[in-house]
Amino acid sequence: MLTARNLECIRGEHSLFSDISFSVNSGELMFVGGANGSGKTSLLRLLCGLSSPDGGEILWDGMDIRELGGDYRGVLTYLGHLGGIKDDLTAIENLRISCALANCEIDEDQAADALGQIGLAGREMLPAKVLSQGQRRRVALARLLVVQTKLWILDEPLTALDIAAVGLIKEILEHNLSKGGMVIMTTHQEIVMTAAAVHHLTLS
Amino acid sequence: MIWWIVKRDLLLAMRRRSDVLTTLFFFIIVVSLFPLGVGPEPNILRAMASGVVWVAALLASMLSLGRMFSGDYADGTLEQMLLSPASLAALVMGKAISHWLVTGVPLVLMAPVLGIQYDLPGEALLVLTLSLLLGTPVLSLIGAIGAALTLGLRGGGVLVSILVLPLYIPVLIFGTGAVEASSAGMEFGAHFSILGAFLLISIVFSPWATAASLRISMG
Repeated sequence: MLTARNLECIRGEHSLFSDISFSVNSGELMFVGGANGSGKTSLLRLLCGLSSPDGGEILWDGMDIRELGGDYRGVLTYLGHLGGIKDDLTAIENLRISCALANCEIDEDQAADALGQIGLAGREMLPAKVLSQGQRRRVALARLLVVQTKLWILDEPLTALDIAAVGLIKEILEHNLSKGGMVIMTTHQEIVMTAAAVHHLTLS
Repeated sequence: MIWWIVKRDLLLAMRRRSDVLTTLFFFIIVVSLFPLGVGPEPNILRAMASGVVWVAALLASMLSLGRMFSGDYADGTLEQMLLSPASLAALVMGKAISHWLVTGVPLVLMAPVLGIQYDLPGEALLVLTLSLLLGTPVLSLIGAIGAALTLGLRGGGVLVSILVLPLYIPVLIFGTGAVEASSAGMEFGAHFSILGAFLLISIVFSPWATAASLRISMG
């Protein structure tokens, strides 16, 4: 269970948000909404442990995520605005390396299989620089098919994706939720998903 | 995990050979300019050879520091590295090893050829090459700390040189000292021992310090 208590984030002299509290249990989904610049990405970065909150605490199963360190990072998958895709590497190489970083090594066949499922069949060996924005996004999202982590924190995963891909991502997320995973995501698109519980957090 | 990072960085260097070659050519050109400027006086050239080669190696190694983390920072890979369950210090060690393989090793291999321009005797050439072999990994490891601290800053390139060059001074002194001792017919083993000690200390402390700097820069 991921619990946030009285989170506060200050950027420069102005407070982005304060007094944010929520908890997300197994199988639950949380949408983080709000206008541009309301601090959605900052909140997600806090939840990953990439930056520390200016107030409050974030607990994973009752333990502070800072103290858990590598153990917390082992249950977490984060996809940011930047997909971590290298222009000079092929789709397969990109996927294998990002999985290796997440401590989940896969061979070429598994990588090709995952890329095929996400709709990139036949483009596995192309360098990422010749792929379109949506295809690069799919390469980044292909990691979700391979990793075995429980908590997914996704920052705008649906940008640049076509309708078919949005449907596919919805299925992947629902599958993780049905296995008892948790998803925290931001999106500006209307998307309906089934989950044990769906929370909406709106930042203002 | 170190292996994955090294393999990936070498692959990237292979696909972008121009980055590697510019560093190497910079080294070759700087070292070759001095004999042209100073003139063909063998005694002067022999006396300055080790200093010139070493300073050129420091500058060449520093030139490529900016690229050490900036690419990973710009495309989000660095975020993923920080979120990896593996130890960040180990990943940083992989980055430093690949930086050395890509920029340090070519310099070491070129040094004996360039030393001939300075009329260095055979033994001095060997000592120069060995001193660079021990010293250039230290440059990559210390440089990693500076590169991590200046990540994402405007004018980071100049700042990294101000931060890192003073830390290179001990390596420079003992690297050139070994060659001078050998030219003067003296024992140079002590210089190598100290360079080796620098290498061991930087292997232990630099990945840890670089990992801490990265967390600060990304926080």
